[in-house]
Amino acid sequence: MADAILEVFRGNQEVGGAKQYTVPITPGMVVLDALHYIQAHLEPDLAVRWNCKAGKCGSCSAEVNGKPRLTCKTRMDALPTDKPITVYPMKSFPVIKDLVTDVSWNYRVNRKIPPFTPKPGTDWKMYQEDMDRVQEFRKCIECFLCQNVCHVVRDHHKKEEFGGPRFFVRVASLEMHPLDNVSRAKLLKDELGIGYCNITKCCTEVCPEEIKITDNAIIPLKERVVDEFYDPIMKLVRKIRGAPKAG
Amino acid sequence: MGGFSIYATFRAFEGKFYEAAPYLSPFYSPLIDPHHHWLPLWFSPAMLILAFPLGFRATCYYYRKALYRAFLLDPPACAVGESPHRNYRGEAKFPFILQNAHRYFLYAAVVFLCFLWYDAFRAFWFPGPDKTLHFGIGLGSLVLLVNIVLLSLYLFSCHSLRHLIGGKMDCFSCTTFNLKRHGAWKKASFLNERHMLFAWASLISVGFADFYVRMVSSGIIKDLRIL
Repeated sequence: MADAILEVFRGNQEVGGAKQYTVPITPGMVVLDALHYIQAHLEPDLAVRWNCKAGKCGSCSAEVNGKPRLTCKTRMDALPTDKPITVYPMKSFPVIKDLVTDVSWNYRVNRKIPPFTPKPGTDWKMYQEDMDRVQEFRKCIECFLCQNVCHVVRDHHKKEEFGGPRFFVRVASLEMHPLDNVSRAKLLKDELGIGYCNITKCCTEVCPEEIKITDNAIIPLKERVVDEFYDPIMKLVRKIRGAPKAG
Repeated sequence: MGGFSIYATFRAFEGKFYEAAPYLSPFYSPLIDPHHHWLPLWFSPAMLILAFPLGFRATCYYYRKALYRAFLLDPPACAVGESPHRNYRGEAKFPFILQNAHRYFLYAAVVFLCFLWYDAFRAFWFPGPDKTLHFGIGLGSLVLLVNIVLLSLYLFSCHSLRHLIGGKMDCFSCTTFNLKRHGAWKKASFLNERHMLFAWASLISVGFADFYVRMVSSGIIKDLRIL
């Protein structure tokens, strides 16, 4: 049985550093298993957030060899073992302890989004062709890997002005819902700062649920913002048709 | 992409070797004042034309990703650090807020696409000794045909077009017309998944089509007649 060396971050936001551990690799082992081995045999106080170990709870996000990913979906035999495998906490969020980060900023952003709001007296009938787009967005497990990798948050620290890919996915699921009756275009432009996104598609690259975040959520929302605020012809058409202004 | 930009700039300013009957370089289509009746001699007709396809590509959602990553290193790659000192404004402020004009370049691109289809069709009609046009196939005809097919695929896979033809709808099933738009939107979505492929393929093909016409027009090579 081969061994792997894991270089794991230990510490908190103020102090900390990498520490190396030797872990025996077993068949089918994932990085989260290796972290559990460290907890069980070497370092009982290693802090790791996890729940399902099945890629569905979105708890075990970290940066493995510099790439944001779920540790429960990252197989050890897919990583080179000739050098230490690095496991660091998500860079965009403050570290609470070791690999556990404070992701509460995401919940504050979420509270800015008006929830699903149907018209009064809605006929609760929906057809599959209307729901296809929305169902893709419902796959989101809120692992926040997209938020972590987005350079607007990660490098430019625009947490006050920017919502991030996860919440563009949520807004898209509401905006494209056939029974929803609220426009979130102004919110997208002014409070969630969709203009800060420059379509680098990193969020799509890291999404463990393979949601086409950029192509199916962010770009369609950008186009809706263009409809409302930057396209004079569309504005004129809306005026002629007497369509309501974006909320 | 940098190589293409250099070549396209050179060809735009060159102002000659753009026509070899029945072929017309896509950089010079539609042909505007080739004998310089009202354009100054130093002004190449391509300069009037290239701004539109260039604008369409520069504001294209795929090329935006490529340009920001490759030329502005913003970011250089996913999860790779950037300079933290810059005042990042993304596409929220000038100059990149102008990227929102993509749909207007799309409208212009539709017009240019019609001209290029006409040129591709005309490339199959060769002037005979009696000055009448006869159907024929030359290598140039096929080059221009492949080029216009790839350009069409690039245009029809555009994110803005996908939005305008149906993506903006919230309820496809609400009216019969909306259901038809859903069908069009699904087809546009199928093409849209391959937008990057079409973007590169059409960029290469349009450069090659111009290069081929230039080679024939300048007499460096002779067009190969197949039929």
